[in-house]
Amino acid sequence: MSAVTTPITAPTTTHDGATEHHYLNHSSGFLSWALTLDHKRIGMMYLAGILFAFFLGGVFALAIRIHLWNPNQDPDAAWLTNATYNRVFTLHGAIMVFLFIIPSIPAALGNFLLPIMLGTKDVAFPRLNLGSFYLWITGLIFFAYTLFSTQIDTGWTFYTPYSIEAKSAVEAATLGVFILGFSSIFTGLNFIVTINTMRPPGMSWFKMPLFLWALYATSIIQVLATPVLGITVLLLALERTFGIGIFDPSLNGDPVTFQHFFWFYSHPAVYIMILPAMGIISELMSVHSHKGIFGYRMIAYSSIAIALFGFLVWGHHMFTSGMADVTTIVFSALTFTVSIPSAIKVFNWLGTMYQGTVALNTPMIYALAFIFLFTIGGLTGLFLGALATDMHLHDTYFVVAHFHYVMMGGTLVAFLGGLFHWWPKMTGKMFNDPMGIVSAAIVFVGFNLTFLPQFVLGTRGMPRRYASYVPEFQSLHQLSTVGACILGFGLLVAGLVLLHSLFYGKKAPMNPWGGATLEWECSSPPPHDNFSHPPAVGDPYDFANVEYDGKTGGYYKKKK
Amino acid sequence: MNFTFLADEAAGFWFPPAASTFAEQVDFLYMAILWISILFFVPIVIAMLYFMVKFRQRPGYKGSPEALHNTPLEITWTVVPTFIVVWIFWEGMIGYLDMARMPDDTVDVAVTAVKWNWAFKYKQNGAESTVLYLPVNKDIKLTMQSRDVLHSFFVPAFRAKRDVVPGRYHYMWFHPTKEGVYDLFCTEYCGDNHSTMITKVEVLSEEKYAAKLAELVKEPEDIVERGKWLYERKACKGCHYAGADGAKGPGPSYNGSWGKQVPLADGREVKFDENYVREAILNPGAAHRKGYETASAMPSYKGQLKDEQIDALIAFIQSLETAGAPAK
Repeated sequence: MSAVTTPITAPTTTHDGATEHHYLNHSSGFLSWALTLDHKRIGMMYLAGILFAFFLGGVFALAIRIHLWNPNQDPDAAWLTNATYNRVFTLHGAIMVFLFIIPSIPAALGNFLLPIMLGTKDVAFPRLNLGSFYLWITGLIFFAYTLFSTQIDTGWTFYTPYSIEAKSAVEAATLGVFILGFSSIFTGLNFIVTINTMRPPGMSWFKMPLFLWALYATSIIQVLATPVLGITVLLLALERTFGIGIFDPSLNGDPVTFQHFFWFYSHPAVYIMILPAMGIISELMSVHSHKGIFGYRMIAYSSIAIALFGFLVWGHHMFTSGMADVTTIVFSALTFTVSIPSAIKVFNWLGTMYQGTVALNTPMIYALAFIFLFTIGGLTGLFLGALATDMHLHDTYFVVAHFHYVMMGGTLVAFLGGLFHWWPKMTGKMFNDPMGIVSAAIVFVGFNLTFLPQFVLGTRGMPRRYASYVPEFQSLHQLSTVGACILGFGLLVAGLVLLHSLFYGKKAPMNPWGGATLEWECSSPPPHDNFSHPPAVGDPYDFANVEYDGKTGGYYKKKK
Repeated sequence: MNFTFLADEAAGFWFPPAASTFAEQVDFLYMAILWISILFFVPIVIAMLYFMVKFRQRPGYKGSPEALHNTPLEITWTVVPTFIVVWIFWEGMIGYLDMARMPDDTVDVAVTAVKWNWAFKYKQNGAESTVLYLPVNKDIKLTMQSRDVLHSFFVPAFRAKRDVVPGRYHYMWFHPTKEGVYDLFCTEYCGDNHSTMITKVEVLSEEKYAAKLAELVKEPEDIVERGKWLYERKACKGCHYAGADGAKGPGPSYNGSWGKQVPLADGREVKFDENYVREAILNPGAAHRKGYETASAMPSYKGQLKDEQIDALIAFIQSLETAGAPAK
């Protein structure tokens, strides 16, 4: 955390000359962070943690792509052995899913913003909040242990019976997942209680910012679905230790049961990843278009609809696993129900830009990139939801490309957009906007170059999780590897822009973008208690009175 | 960079060669969804780019801050996509039911998946092979089982895929329409050498198929040859290499071990002889070799091999030493 705190240890001065106190200089020393109950500091610690996990997962991703530059049909000439490659792709998946994407938006941005957007001092259970951060750290330690022992080579899905007989550190990884699950449940529980009980007077459900609707929907999934994952991985660990015969066919267990249990959590988990991202995009599209959101209620309802439908579609991960035909057909039909609310959101975001005043700054460019990439991710889901085409595309690179468009092109790009959007609020520093736009452009180009060829690879029959492949796939793999390097470079630029702002950034005004939600009504960075007086609650998307002030370089709300 | 993916004449830009009756239906639906997607995607991107330019923030321009709401428009963009996805679902279901409905008069092949080999046994005459030979223009029925972990049978040219779950039989069928040699992949992750669990499907004319089966059924007379024959067909080859170069596979190599003392994981040493090999085949976990502690487990061959087949395998392994192959 020192990187974040050092430049701001001295109290900064406001434009009227008074010394400003904020949450970063409210107290100092290691323990003031390690034992803090302040949701903002916990959010910042989460941010540092998940960015570290993202870096780790990203290194593994690049290792995968570099290894696949060659077809590797001669294992002696390959860069990685098959066994090493399997460990690399498993760690990439497990770290990205459990340590990065699932906690990314809710735990880092959500923790920081949720109480401020509600105009309150903190979440409902600050100690539980700190507890869930330490559970995350404990999960990280378990994963670090697997890294330094025999790693894991089961794929992040831990499919039985391979995960039962595998000789790698499956117990440590599954216990890590179990603990991370509790971290996730506690955060969800905290957010549900906070939103239910701590909304300020005047903020009815339909005056809540859409980001909070999205976090609420996400929290419901976290609380209801994560326990199923917990019990599944626990049963797997017991199966490995005591051989009780739940999932192991040699002991009369059923491996397909494991898949049902696993996806009953892990499909809703996809919505844990994408719903908060959609919430961010709703905020970004509206604020940077300086215009009320199109179809507020439809977006709010569609978040809840996605959360509920998301519980009914897990079977589409198992279309080829030999389920009964009727089950397979019903799951296919249910899968298509999720596509409609997602499509509605995309149309509403475009409708928000129409006749607005669109500021083309870094957060907005990331948001527009999100719409482009998420639309591709969503539309390619149609190929996989339809049974006949899925029989061909299942477990090929088409699936790999599809979920990267949704999770990385969707969630990660939205997370970056949100990070740039709220960075001035979180750190009190403005970043270099043109360089931020450059980073978004490089990420966009690199991302498409990485994953568009993978759709073609999958359609042509390239299976997933292959350390070597038949030579006719090589040129598409090489395109993808070049794209991955560009993508990595773009992310590096984005990181440098943010890092640079900490040291050399201009002081951020209270409301740099012209937002109308409550977080823009406290100073940047916010004081320890967020608000000295409870702020007046209005329509979160009423931009009629938000005016630009040339003196501060920010916006303010005109008194009516 | 040369675009070798365009070199295969039988394949288009998107698809591998189309060699079964399923291909037409799958490819049609794929292209239909592709065009529907383009029809949605292109207007979305054009609208986005147009709004970015037309309504951009600039001196002298101020857009409206009021939220818009347009009920007819919202109903349209909810209802129209709903009808479209219902159609896609319906087409997908029809195609799936065709794949699921087993025809009556089939050519039957038993498939055994085991880390990391495919083995095929032809009902017609009991012949066995590791390349799948099929007659053209016949309905083929596969009865598949796995000896260890999950595998998945996938022939891109047939657009056909089915997981193989241990402990139960899985059935699939297809109707090859074109003679030729096609890739057969395992598409469910199954451990270290998952990506080498690749073989070929050879679709032959009826006469050539009959001749092939007759040729395959002949088990070699000589015991060493028969051991080698079994070594290639019973999935030993996937892990235990027997080449004179001494290359190391996922399991201990056979070459040059016969008669030597070999170290075990628990610190003991055993003599690599008939008894050791027999035990390693029937009860693979009992004497785990040093250096292979984290290697993927081998399934037991108890009940899978007859005594005289084990004898043949022992003779084959023994021959690798007596033939004077270099030991590494």
